[in-house]
Amino acid sequence: MGSYLPSTAGQKRQMLEAVGVSQIEALYDNVPASIRLDGLDLAPGLSEMEVSAQMCALADKNHVFHTIFRGAGAYDHYIPAIVERVCNKEEFLTAYTPYQAEISQGILQSIFEYQTMICELTGMDASNASVYDGASAAAEAVAMCRDRKRNRALVSAAAHPAVIQTIQTYCAGADTEVALIPTKDGRTDLDALRAMLCDTDACVYLQQPNFYGNLEDAEATGAVAHEAGAKFILGIHPIAAAILKSPRECGADIAVGEGQPLGMPLAFGGPYLGFMACTQALFRKLPGRIVGETVDAADERCFVLTLQAREQHIRREKASSNICSNQALCAMRAAVYLAAMGPQGLQKAAQLSYAKAHYLAEELEKIGFPRRYPGAFFQEFVTETPLPAEQILAKLEAHDILGGYPVEGGILWCTTEKNTKAQIDALIGLLKEVCA
Amino acid sequence: MNLLFEKSVPGRACTLLPDCDVPNAALPEQFARQQPLHLPELSETDISRHYTELSKRVHGVNDGFYPLGSCTMKYNPALNEEIAALPGFTGIHPLQPEYTAQGCMEVLAEAERILCAVTGMEAMTFQPAAGAHGEFTGLLLIKAYHRSRGDLQRTKILVPDSAHGTNPASATMTGFEVVNVPSSPDGCVDLDALRKAAGPDTAGLMLTNPNTLGLFDKNILEITRIVHEAGGLNYYDGANLNAVMGVARPGDMGFDVVHLNLHKTFSTPHGGGGPGSGAVGVKDLLVPFLPNRHVVEKDGHYTFEDAEQTIGSVKAFYGNFLVVVRALCYMKMLGGDGMRDAAQTAVLNANYLKKLLEPHCDAATPGLCMHEFVLTMEHLKKETGVSAMDVAKSMLDYGMHPPTMYFPLIVPEALMFEPTETESKETLDWAAQTIAEILERAHTDPESLHASPTRTPIRRPDEVRAARTPKLRYSFDA
Repeated sequence: MGSYLPSTAGQKRQMLEAVGVSQIEALYDNVPASIRLDGLDLAPGLSEMEVSAQMCALADKNHVFHTIFRGAGAYDHYIPAIVERVCNKEEFLTAYTPYQAEISQGILQSIFEYQTMICELTGMDASNASVYDGASAAAEAVAMCRDRKRNRALVSAAAHPAVIQTIQTYCAGADTEVALIPTKDGRTDLDALRAMLCDTDACVYLQQPNFYGNLEDAEATGAVAHEAGAKFILGIHPIAAAILKSPRECGADIAVGEGQPLGMPLAFGGPYLGFMACTQALFRKLPGRIVGETVDAADERCFVLTLQAREQHIRREKASSNICSNQALCAMRAAVYLAAMGPQGLQKAAQLSYAKAHYLAEELEKIGFPRRYPGAFFQEFVTETPLPAEQILAKLEAHDILGGYPVEGGILWCTTEKNTKAQIDALIGLLKEVCA
Repeated sequence: MNLLFEKSVPGRACTLLPDCDVPNAALPEQFARQQPLHLPELSETDISRHYTELSKRVHGVNDGFYPLGSCTMKYNPALNEEIAALPGFTGIHPLQPEYTAQGCMEVLAEAERILCAVTGMEAMTFQPAAGAHGEFTGLLLIKAYHRSRGDLQRTKILVPDSAHGTNPASATMTGFEVVNVPSSPDGCVDLDALRKAAGPDTAGLMLTNPNTLGLFDKNILEITRIVHEAGGLNYYDGANLNAVMGVARPGDMGFDVVHLNLHKTFSTPHGGGGPGSGAVGVKDLLVPFLPNRHVVEKDGHYTFEDAEQTIGSVKAFYGNFLVVVRALCYMKMLGGDGMRDAAQTAVLNANYLKKLLEPHCDAATPGLCMHEFVLTMEHLKKETGVSAMDVAKSMLDYGMHPPTMYFPLIVPEALMFEPTETESKETLDWAAQTIAEILERAHTDPESLHASPTRTPIRRPDEVRAARTPKLRYSFDA
């Protein structure tokens, strides 16, 4: 059925004739006969109407929760309508990587604007055009830090488990050792870090806020890393960054993070956005595409892909990374999101998320869900539970609420600006019933 | 055109979020940001017009012919976008309970089943986000396989000199040493050179077939046999699968692991450079090492499983899920017959365009090609001073995206054309005529080609200046 082929049978015959073969199979003479297929063992093609129905039926097999109190690496923040409208423009959607600058200024300029916004958010000097997600951004940042003398990465055990796993996978490939910095009371143990650090350590990776939602002493961690001559990588939440001390203020050499909160839907885990920014001293080590400003032959300002001598298509086995395709359209989503929010809007999203989490934590405490860890937190926090977490969460699911994420010793709750007071009060009411 | 920051007006904003309805809570001072945050302050009108203006300065597949070799810029069906926007897909949290995400998991399982049938593989992971990410994953699988057998001496990956740059870069990232294998003049693997290179230190071979000259390597079975006999595994770079989908399978060619670019072969949009999906398929022997969170069907429902000796995770969660949704739509539309039809038509279109252009310039290889072909402007440059770059830039003035330039590296002044199957005969006729005119003008008026393009939003950029004095962000102080 539908193959999106415009040529008619008659046109195909004309073309075959021009090429000088009698039938289309003759074009495959080089394919050994023993491996030529008779056909695939697959259902025949369908009409658009049938495929649409089948795919809608698949979507209907999922449950979209009315209320979400779960984060743990994917956040249900509000997405302004303009984000979807802009990023669905077919010109952006259907273009390739902007190699041909003369007809790609729209994409190149939008990446330049994105890079600038990421630099502003992180306080750093240079940003790349994006990598796959926050976890691979962290792994690529580790790769930027290691050299012959320094080949061990110290990673906070309070970082997101998927980030830790991804760093470990990348490092195993490159034969770099990874050591986990233990936690104490839900935070990275700085004394343990001091004791571990040695002069062969390439970097320290810290996540702020960490996986448990707790705020770390990022400045002190950076200072400890630097004392030992190691680089400091800070993984951040991009909305929290509007009100939290910037990576620059915390002394980071590289800032990375998961950009999903900046206008990307939950979408069962992807596509998301890995952002990376660094100090002036390190920008030539950044992996992947980078857009720079220049002028054209008429001396007009324009933008191009630049510093390509770092990249795989030029350097081949000596490239700083193998990355080629990135998450360009997601980077555009982030840029449109940040443009729509503006500085005040982003700060408001951060403050609302923070205030609602603190209200929820207080209300939970009152009904027998005390916080597991002391100290400051941002939009997520772990509570203990009076009943097994699974039992509580199942009850909430039956009421169309996706509760917090079950973690060791309790539940990791999350709020965003989308969680209204009414939703929080309803949750508390329901939990009271469950635990009564 | 002005940047967002240059359009910013202090105090201007969109009304997006409500006021706080819970007691306000103050962030402790020690954590509070002091550094100013310069984001643009704009109205929705400003933003809408800005991006509309930007969109007029972009050329996508929907703007016109896009024969960018090795990139398979086929049409991106409208249905894909409509389905990928369904709340039943976009609104699903990656960590919500499996019983509430069975539709998403079925998408992954169904796409895996179809792609395994297309490639002749046993299992597939969708975690890799792009082709290069898939290569990285595939090589880690090869590394894990040899290690699990205590075969630690296999430190080298064989890569033909005609390979995509990602192949050697991926090998380095996974701790392998790259051994470049020379090609014979037709871009096929030099069998003698391969026999010499393959040995007890060979971990594997990475190969694109059809190769980057657009030829199906007729010795493919011998090539994969040589590597297997040396104890290595064969890796298939799926960048060029569009030529053989439904016609021949990498699994039958002797490959043990493949990556696919769903954003090439399976019609998902490139989005200006991503997101893509670099699904990796493996034969039985590599299944125990697959990345975490592989969907399997058990007792009538879908569940995630971590392989016994998994290589771990190459990113968080399960990959670029919405890209897989789009690819599944496409695969259902085409079915087995449609895929074969698409591949054959892609090959026909390439051969037809090659035939139309051959009277006007030199092809890198004579005779039939697969889904793409390479022209060389070496003679043209000697005769007229007009380079492959000049020809490509002239094409921009006709609303046509140029072919891939200066690749593969083994062809001087290369232009690599891949028209894809979704272009009509009329478009190919028009493109051939236009390119013939450009080549004619190289002889009569070479200056006009050096000066091209002139009808594009900007003229040729000064790339040297961009690299020598890097300006990578807008400066608010200037």
